[in-house]
Amino acid sequence: MSPFFTLLARDVRLAARSGGSAFLALSFFALVATLVPLGVGADLRLLARVGGGVLWVGAVLAALLSLDRLFQGDFEDGSLDLIALSPLPLELTALAKMLAHWLSTGAALTLLSPLLALLFNLPPAAILTLFLSLLLGTPAVSAIGAIGASLTLSLKRGGLILPLIILPLLSPAVIFGAGAVSLTLDRLAADGALSLLAAFSAGAVLLSPFAAAASVRLNLGG
Amino acid sequence: MVNSEMISSLTAERLTCARGDRVLFEDLSFRVKTGQALAVEGANGVGKTSLLRLIAGFLIPAAGRLVVQDAGGESHDAEARGKKIGWLGHQDGLKPQLTVAEQLAFWAALYRGTADPGVLAEVGLARQAELPCRYLSAGQKRRLALARLLVSQRPLWLLDEPFAALDSSGQALIAQVMARHCGRGGIIIAATHEPLGLANESLKL
Repeated sequence: MSPFFTLLARDVRLAARSGGSAFLALSFFALVATLVPLGVGADLRLLARVGGGVLWVGAVLAALLSLDRLFQGDFEDGSLDLIALSPLPLELTALAKMLAHWLSTGAALTLLSPLLALLFNLPPAAILTLFLSLLLGTPAVSAIGAIGASLTLSLKRGGLILPLIILPLLSPAVIFGAGAVSLTLDRLAADGALSLLAAFSAGAVLLSPFAAAASVRLNLGG
Repeated sequence: MVNSEMISSLTAERLTCARGDRVLFEDLSFRVKTGQALAVEGANGVGKTSLLRLIAGFLIPAAGRLVVQDAGGESHDAEARGKKIGWLGHQDGLKPQLTVAEQLAFWAALYRGTADPGVLAEVGLARQAELPCRYLSAGQKRRLALARLLVSQRPLWLLDEPFAALDSSGQALIAQVMARHCGRGGIIIAATHEPLGLANESLKL
């Protein structure tokens, strides 16, 4: 196995082991999606109207729960020094880590979302749009999140600052993602919103490994 | 170890290391050749770990330079130097959830080294192979870190307090491993308070 997939497999395994982040993110997502209908009440039309937005915000926040540990765990126990000296360039290290984060949170949340969408009385067409929008949009959450995680990796309470850095940057994903679901509810074509979401994700995944690697380098020297 | 990866010498020319406004050491020059070990000595906080991090390329020298001489000629590039370094820091870099064998297999694959199961027996952890690292003692973690250093198959070893947390048999083991590395033409730079047990040079910071 190449060094890239070695690191990817190890990070996914760490997330899936007991005390890992994957289960935490899924539980949080499921709890938010269950609590909101309880709070809003049984107005089915209203629930369908807010469903896309609530599920998107819930997914972003759930993915955020484990982001601060993306580099920090390896930084604190000295593993990051050893990874930096390995044949794998830091840019690919960052890419492997964000991909592992996406597989253990974003992808898992996307798979769970159709089930939770039923709680919001979303029609099948809107559920499909929600699924597609999360599939296309959550990679951007992991990618932009990785930049934030690399910036805050040497801060003890970095988890508190991290959302302040990355949530504003993630607003386009939430706007296009939830917007696509609303368009489908109104029986309009959601292709445009989904395309913009895909473009946003592609740009984020392509560029953020360079930013994250540069910031990790600075922190290793600090 | 492949011969082309060997280093014939590492030279420090008038190195200065500063952390913030504070200058840790100035005008430090030394040379270590193939087969030699250098013990870096000095009181706590004098900059031993910083010197190792400078050589590894994590820190950038405020002045001076580091030159690696190998089969391909002279190199000043920190990135290229990093790919020749075997690192044993004062932290062990182990995950409590993963077993001893899983950790070693991961690091061996990451460094494209060979995951020789004999390495665990050599460092005295053969019986703990399937044990998650959270059950290991500090000394056993140190032994696993040493096994990782061996599978990384790098010519230039940077060791930070290599004897820390080890019992007397562990200290003998590390001395034996270091002697073998030098015997094969490797280079060792170790920050330490204790004698390395080798015919080494020493550098007082």
